[in-house]
Amino acid sequence: MSVMRCLAERGELAAGDRGGGAAVEPVVIEAGRGAALSLRELWQYRELLYFFVWRDIKVRYKQTVIGAAWALLQPFCAMVIFSIIFGSFARIPSEGLPYPIFVYAGLLPWTLFANSLSQSSLSLVSQARLVTKVYFPRLYIPVASAGVGLVDFALSFCIYIGLMLWYGHAPGASVLLLPLLLALTVVTALGFGLLLASMTAAYRDFRIVVPFLVQTWLYLSPVVYPVTLVPERYRWIMLLNPMTGVIGGFRSVLLNRPLEWTALGIAALVATAVLLLGLRCFRNRERRLADIV
Amino acid sequence: MPVPAIRVEHLGKQYQLGLREQARRNFGEALMHALGAPLRRLRTLSGTGNGAQRFWALRDVSFEVQPGEVLGVIGANGAGKSTLLKILSRITEPTTGRAELRGSVASLLEVGTGFHPELTGRENIYLNGAILGLTRAEIRRRFDAIVDFAGVERFLDTPVKRYSSGMYVRLAFAVAAHLEAEILLIDEVLAVGDTAFQAKCLGTMERVARRGRTIVFVSHNLSAVRRLCTRALVLEQGRVALTGDTTAAVEEYLAHNLNEEAGQAAARRPEWARPLITAVRMLDAAGRPCTRVAAGEPLSFELDFACAGTAPLRAPVMGVVLNRADVGPVAGVNTRMTGFRPSVGPCRAGTLRCHLPEPRLLPGQYTADIWLGDGPRDLDVLPGAVRFRITEADVYGTGVPPFANLGSMYLQARWEFRPGGVEELIACHG
Repeated sequence: MSVMRCLAERGELAAGDRGGGAAVEPVVIEAGRGAALSLRELWQYRELLYFFVWRDIKVRYKQTVIGAAWALLQPFCAMVIFSIIFGSFARIPSEGLPYPIFVYAGLLPWTLFANSLSQSSLSLVSQARLVTKVYFPRLYIPVASAGVGLVDFALSFCIYIGLMLWYGHAPGASVLLLPLLLALTVVTALGFGLLLASMTAAYRDFRIVVPFLVQTWLYLSPVVYPVTLVPERYRWIMLLNPMTGVIGGFRSVLLNRPLEWTALGIAALVATAVLLLGLRCFRNRERRLADIV
Repeated sequence: MPVPAIRVEHLGKQYQLGLREQARRNFGEALMHALGAPLRRLRTLSGTGNGAQRFWALRDVSFEVQPGEVLGVIGANGAGKSTLLKILSRITEPTTGRAELRGSVASLLEVGTGFHPELTGRENIYLNGAILGLTRAEIRRRFDAIVDFAGVERFLDTPVKRYSSGMYVRLAFAVAAHLEAEILLIDEVLAVGDTAFQAKCLGTMERVARRGRTIVFVSHNLSAVRRLCTRALVLEQGRVALTGDTTAAVEEYLAHNLNEEAGQAAARRPEWARPLITAVRMLDAAGRPCTRVAAGEPLSFELDFACAGTAPLRAPVMGVVLNRADVGPVAGVNTRMTGFRPSVGPCRAGTLRCHLPEPRLLPGQYTADIWLGDGPRDLDVLPGAVRFRITEADVYGTGVPPFANLGSMYLQARWEFRPGGVEELIACHG
C-alpha cells in the first residue's frame, strides 16, 4: 500500500505576494510513506474550516421564510413532545424537577451530539466532488459538520435560558464548567463521526445504518429518563456510553446538582480513545479517499 | 545548475477495476451467488480480493519542470493525464515513485470547484477562493478584480443557481485566474464558455505564464498547448512517450494518434450517408499509394464506389476536403465547382481520381474527407478517410523552407521592386 505524505507545506497557500520563495521546503509526494497529521497544515487552512461552517449554515436557511428561527423551533417542539409523552403520559421521574427543564437539559447535549455525528458521518460522501477535485486537509470536512452543530447548540441554548426564567431555576457556579462539557460532547461526536465517515466513504451501508444508530442511541442514553431509573447492577454498562456521562454532567451543571466525577471521567476516557481511533481510521482512509469515495 | 520546480521520478498509479459479473446458469447457482454476494462485495470494496483486475493508469513516469517553464501534457483519453495531475495536486496518492514540488502550489482541475448553487456570487467568490487556498484577506484584496474579470457586477447578490451557464463559468474562472501560486497545475479549464471568453482565458494564462510561473497544463486543445507551452510531454497508456519542444511533440503525437485511428473512417460516417465508397487511396506523383509527401509535390486522391442494390449513379461527383489535424479544414474542392462531368451513362461502380498538381500545404499532419455524390445530391462521405503528412521541402528552391508554424498553406508570390524615393518623386513633379 502506498502512502502519500506532505513533508512541509510552507507557502502552500496561494501567495505570490510572498515573493521568491527560495527557502521554501518542497512538497514531497511519495509512495510508501506514513501519513502524518500536519498541525501546521491544519493551522494554515484554518480559514477554510470557518468557510465550511459558514457555508453550511448559510445554505441551510436559504430560501426559507422564517430562516434561523427553525433552529429554535426544532428543539422547542422536541421538548414539548417529550414532556407530553414521557413526562405527562408515561410519568417518567425527573429527579424532582419540572420534566420540561429536565428533558431539555438532556436534549441540549444530545442534539449537538446526534446532529454532529450524523452530519459528519455523511460529510465525506456528500462532499465527494470536492474531495476528488482539490486538495485541502480532508479532516476539516467532518470537523466542519461538528462546528455547525455548535452553532445550533448556541441557538437552542437560548430556549434553555427562557425555560430557566419561566421555572425560576438558576444554575450555580458550576455552570462555568459548561465549555468543558461542550468540548467533551464535541470530542465524542467527532470520534464516532470520524469512524463512521471513514466507513461510509467505502461502504455505503453506513448511510442507512447511521440514522438508525442515532435513534437507538437516544434511548440508550439517559435523555428522556434519569440514569437512576436503570437498575444499579447494569449502570456500569450505561457508563461505557460516553453520552451518559456527558448528559449527566450537563444536568448537574445546568440544574445545579453535584457533579458525578466518575461518570465524567469514564466518559472522557472513552471519548478520547474513540477520537484517537477515529483519527487513525480517518487518516488511513484519507490516503485512498479520492479513489473510493 | 538550477533546481527544478517539479521533479517527478518513476511515478506510478494502479487502479482496481470492477469485476465483471458472470452469468448464473440456474436458479440454485444464482441463489448461492446472491448469498455470497455481500462477502464478495466486501472484498471488492476493501480491495483485498485476489480476483480483482488491476491496471496501471500511470507507469514509471519521470520528468522535470524548471521554474518558469510551461509544460503541456498531451495524450489520448485514458492516457493518464488527469491521474498525473491528481497525484501532483495531492488529491490521490501514487502507488509507486515520488514527486517533489518546490514553491506554493495551486491546482485547478475544474472551474468552480466547491461552488454552491444556493450561495450568491459574492459568497461563492469567498468560498471558492478559500477552497483554492486563498485567505480571506487575499480574497478581499482581489475581489474587485475578480468581479471585473467575470463581468457579473449586477448579479453579485443573486444565487449562482440563477446564473446563466456562461456567467457561472466566467465567475468560476475569474476566481481561479487570480490565484497567485508559484506552481499552477491546470486541467482542461479552457474548454469552458464561449469563444470570446476562451480567448480571454487563454490570454490570462499567457500573461500568468509570462510572469514566470511554473505551469503544468493538461489539455486536448493542441493549439492552446502550442500557444502556451514551451515544452510538452506526451503520455501514452500511462507512460511517457515523448518529452520535448512543443511543436515537435505535438506533431509526433498527432502522427502517432492519427495512424492509430486510420481505418476507422467508416465508423465516422454520418447517419445520412449510404456506404457507397468502398476504398480510398492517396497517391504520390508516381501514382503509388503513400502517406507522406514533401511539401509542393503533387497529390492524388482516389475513391472506388459500388452501388450494389441501389440505383446507379448518373453523374458521379467527388469532393475532397483537406484538414489540418489540430486546426480544422484548410481547403476543399469538388467536381461540381471545377466543372468536371464524366461523360458516361449511369454506372454502378467506378473509380474517381482527384489530382492536385500543387497542394500548397505547409509541413504537418493532415487528413482528407472524401465525398461522393450524384448530380446535386451528396451520397456518402468518409471523414478523415486519408491521413497523411506533409514533410518539409525547399519549395522555393532557395534553401529557405516556408515557416511551418505560419498557418496551413504557403504562398507563391511574385515580388516587384520599383526603385524610387523622395528625390525621384520631386524629379517627376519637375
